[in-house]
Amino acid sequence: MRETTVTAEPAIGTETASTPIFDPVLGTPDIGQGWILYLDGITVSFDGFKALDGLSLYVDAGELRCVIGPNGAGKTTMMDVITGKTRPDSGVAYFGRRIDLLKLDEPEIASLGIGRKFQKPTVFSGHTVLENLELAGAPRKGVWHALRARMSGEERDRIDEALAIVGLAQHAHRPAGQLSHGQKQWLEIAMLLVQRPQLLLIDEPVAGMTRQETEMTAELLTSLAGKHSVVVVEHDMDFVRSIARKVTVLHEGRVLAEGRMEDIQNDPRVVEVYLGE
Amino acid sequence: MLFRRLLTDDRGGRLFLAALGVVTVIVPIANLVMPPDSPLHVSTFTVALLGKFLCYALLAIALDLVWGYAGILSLGHGAFFALGGYAMGMHLMRQIGSRGVYGHPELPDFMVFLNWEKLPWYWHGFDMFWFAMLMVVLVPGALAFVFGWLAFRSRVKGVYFSIITQAMTYALMLAFFRNEMGFGGNNGLTDFKDLLGASLQAPSTRVALFVVSAIALAGGYLVCRYIVTSRLGRVLTAIRDSEDRVRFVGFKVEHYKVWVFTVSAMLAGLAGALYVPQVGIINPTEFQPLNSIELVVWVAVGGRGTLYGAALGALAVNYAKSVLTVEFPDAWLFALGALFVIVTLLLPSGVSDAAAAIKRLLARRLRHA
Ligand SMILES: Nc1ncnc2c1ncn2[C@@H]1O[C@H](COP(=O)(O)OP(=O)(O)OP(=O)(O)O)[C@@H](O)[C@H]1O
Ligand SMILES: [Mg+2]
Repeated sequence: MRETTVTAEPAIGTETASTPIFDPVLGTPDIGQGWILYLDGITVSFDGFKALDGLSLYVDAGELRCVIGPNGAGKTTMMDVITGKTRPDSGVAYFGRRIDLLKLDEPEIASLGIGRKFQKPTVFSGHTVLENLELAGAPRKGVWHALRARMSGEERDRIDEALAIVGLAQHAHRPAGQLSHGQKQWLEIAMLLVQRPQLLLIDEPVAGMTRQETEMTAELLTSLAGKHSVVVVEHDMDFVRSIARKVTVLHEGRVLAEGRMEDIQNDPRVVEVYLGE
Repeated sequence: MLFRRLLTDDRGGRLFLAALGVVTVIVPIANLVMPPDSPLHVSTFTVALLGKFLCYALLAIALDLVWGYAGILSLGHGAFFALGGYAMGMHLMRQIGSRGVYGHPELPDFMVFLNWEKLPWYWHGFDMFWFAMLMVVLVPGALAFVFGWLAFRSRVKGVYFSIITQAMTYALMLAFFRNEMGFGGNNGLTDFKDLLGASLQAPSTRVALFVVSAIALAGGYLVCRYIVTSRLGRVLTAIRDSEDRVRFVGFKVEHYKVWVFTVSAMLAGLAGALYVPQVGIINPTEFQPLNSIELVVWVAVGGRGTLYGAALGALAVNYAKSVLTVEFPDAWLFALGALFVIVTLLLPSGVSDAAAAIKRLLARRLRHA
């Protein structure tokens, strides 16, 4: 069997990966060794069905990574594992070199700086755009603090900045429920931005968007990479082509191929399970 | 400044508080100043009845805080109300002193009847008013905290949470029915004499209790407004609308739920404490699951998520109940059921919604006229 040309880049900390010296103490992720997200051998099964089957994925700091794969490949489940929603049966997941994600719950992981956009846009529909961002951007999330909190100038600036980036400034006082589908997607991205995450996990950002909206989103995500690390799951091939630097193909819960988009497109196995359809 | 934040966007609330203020001034005058043969006289019976309704209204606001804003449908809030009531009842029992039927200087009559030698440990301290008042909020609060913590931490929500709250109030009812519990068994606590030295039978005491209930209702309303207009309140509505999203934004959803559930239970306890001296008795039937369900109907009728709507719903339904149960004693349960069906089918946000609908209709009429 021919070894594909597009397996994981050996450069990503191969020596340390087998014997990682992880410090479980919470703190900012130590990204000295290159990667910000380290998943190894993650397995998740639902009633015997393996949604993830020994998945390994390494994302570099500042990278923009696209994850593609047919329906049911396990892309959303992977995000569920990273963000603490689903506990895997086995495997390890680290944020940077030191933070064991499998020991933390959703709010703790979010507070560390991993932001997530859901596949189905979820914003707080009863709240205005501004209020959505107020909650997302609140620097302290404790109950007693929230009772007395007022928005600081710094918080407001950050929100205005995010509103400008996603182009929703003139909609700040509209209830989020009244926004168009595309605008909701952007609001959700803005909610990620005000959280100042180091790692953004973005599930199908352009589903249901118009051509023009899609292009704007591509631009937005490309501009985010570098400052943040971004993992994008997407079905839209044109979109992936327009932003991708490195692509991971998932199939049946494991990595089928990984590499540059041009190489991926020509990989016969990838063509067989996915691109050929 | 603070009042501005609490009431600017709350026309309904301003009207509600104004009306409450007017009633609080007029009713005492009509009772104490107007001679009994005057058509403007309000009987002491009516004062006590109105005072009781105000306690129900406070209870309804407490439920609306958790149900209307945080989306937690508690079907056990009657339990917190009853616990507050029992705490007050224990104080009133201790106030009887040696004036009981058996004339024991310390033990309430029912304990003498059960041949108990001394006061159980948990009855100590209740002779002091301040201690009893503390227990009025702390006991329901502590129960809600522990119960909520266990339930919310295990992510019990929706209808499952509602069911276990029903089970909670039912279990408490069975416990309080037992004589060995030391709360008077199925007779409960009654034959109260006085409170803070004032005879509970005196019209002036009745009026004072009515006024205190009105103040507690207004205060409870403002406290809840303070909560729902804060960032905490916005987190609560966000939890109601999209709980998962709130988690992924970094809020500990469980903490917020436990907090609001506890605060709400404390308000319910306060309502129960004011209720007991006005009706003169507290017994285990206050824990019956049906009470908590009725409470949900009041809030549904008034419209959840507005606070004042819940209070109005409680007043309206209880007024209807007091009329109906006199005229057609058997019909009340059916009326209650019908009310619930009508409200859920036709007016999902209750009467406060209906008011808006009527206004729109009138506006249209006027335009056409
Ligand atoms: N909670 C669950 N219980 C049972 N099965 C689940 C659950 N969540 C996901 N699955 C299954 O796991 C598999 C992977 O699902 P997942 O949502 O991760 O796929 P995906 O790659 O995101 O697909 P799509 O492109 O359709 O979004 C699917 O077969 C799905 O049916
Ligand atoms: Mg998916």
